[in-house]
Amino acid sequence: MASPLEQFEIKAIVPIQVGGLDISFTNSSAAMAAALVVGTGLLVFGMGRASVVPGRLQSIAEMSYEFVAGLISDTVGAEGKRYFPFVFTLFMFVLLGNLLGMLPYSFTFTSHIIVTFAMAAMVFIGVTILGLVKHKMHFFSFFVPPGVPVAMWPLLIPIEIISYLSRPISLSVRLFANMLAGHTLLKVIGGFVFGLGAITFGVGGLLPLALMVALTGLEIVIAFLQAYVFAILTCLYINDALHLH
Amino acid sequence: MDASAVKLLGAGIAVLGVIGSGIGIGNIFSAYIQAVARNPSARRETDMFTMTMLGFALVEALALFALIIALLLLFVF
Repeated sequence: MASPLEQFEIKAIVPIQVGGLDISFTNSSAAMAAALVVGTGLLVFGMGRASVVPGRLQSIAEMSYEFVAGLISDTVGAEGKRYFPFVFTLFMFVLLGNLLGMLPYSFTFTSHIIVTFAMAAMVFIGVTILGLVKHKMHFFSFFVPPGVPVAMWPLLIPIEIISYLSRPISLSVRLFANMLAGHTLLKVIGGFVFGLGAITFGVGGLLPLALMVALTGLEIVIAFLQAYVFAILTCLYINDALHLH
Repeated sequence: MDASAVKLLGAGIAVLGVIGSGIGIGNIFSAYIQAVARNPSARRETDMFTMTMLGFALVEALALFALIIALLLLFVF
C-alpha cells in the first residue's frame, strides 16, 4: 500500500533545464493548464452563441459571473467593480483547480503550499500597494484601531501589524491544508475499503465504500467553499485597503 | 522511549486541536439553527446561510492546521 501522500508527488512530464534552473512541464503545470483551458472554454463556448433563454453552458457561465459580481458588490461596494476581473480569475482558477483535482488520477495543484502561497502573496502585495497608492502615508493609520486610548497603542499596534502580516500565511495555508487533508483522508479511507474487503471476501469493504461516497460529496462541497472563502477574503482585503477601517 | 513511539504519540497529541474546531462548528450551526427556529423567515435570508458556511469553512480550517502538523510528524520526520 503506497503512502497516502504519494498522490501529491510532482513528476516532470517534459523535463526542461535552463542553466541549472528546473522549469520542467510537470503534472502540476498540466493540471494548471487544464484548469485554464476548462475555465476559458466554459466562458468562451458558454457565451459564444448567447441567447435570451440560456442553455446549460451559458447558465453556468452567467451564474459564475453573477456570483462573483454579487460577492464584490456586497463586500466592497460600487468601487469594487474595477477589481472584478482579478477576483473572478482567482475564483475560477482555484475552483477549477479544486474540482478537477477531484477526478480520479488527476492532480490537485492547490494542495501545494507554494501554489497557494504565490496566489496569497500576490493578493497581499497588490492590496498593500493599492492602499498605499490610494491613501499615501495615511494608509498606516490602518494599524491604529479607532477609538482606543493612546496608552494602549504600544500594545495594539504590534498586534495589528502581526495580524496584517499573517494574512498571506493564513490565506494560503487554509486552502492548502483543506485540499491536502481532504485528499489524504480519501486515500486513507480508500485503503480501508481494500483492506477490509480483502479479509471478508469483499463484504466488509461496503461500509467504508459508503463512507467514501459521502466524503467525496463533502470534498466537492469543500472544493467550492474554499474557492469561495479565498475570493471573499480577497474582497475583504481590497475593501480594507480602499476604506481603511 | 524510542523515537518512532514518540513520533506516533506526538501525532496523536497534535490531533487534539480538532476538539476546539469541533466545539466551534457545533456553536456555529447551533446558533444558525436557533436563529431559524426563533425566526423562520430568517431561512429565506441567503446572507445568513452564506455567513454560516463562511464561518464553518474558517473554523474547519483550524482543525486542518492541527491535522497538517500530525501528517508532518508521521510522514516527514
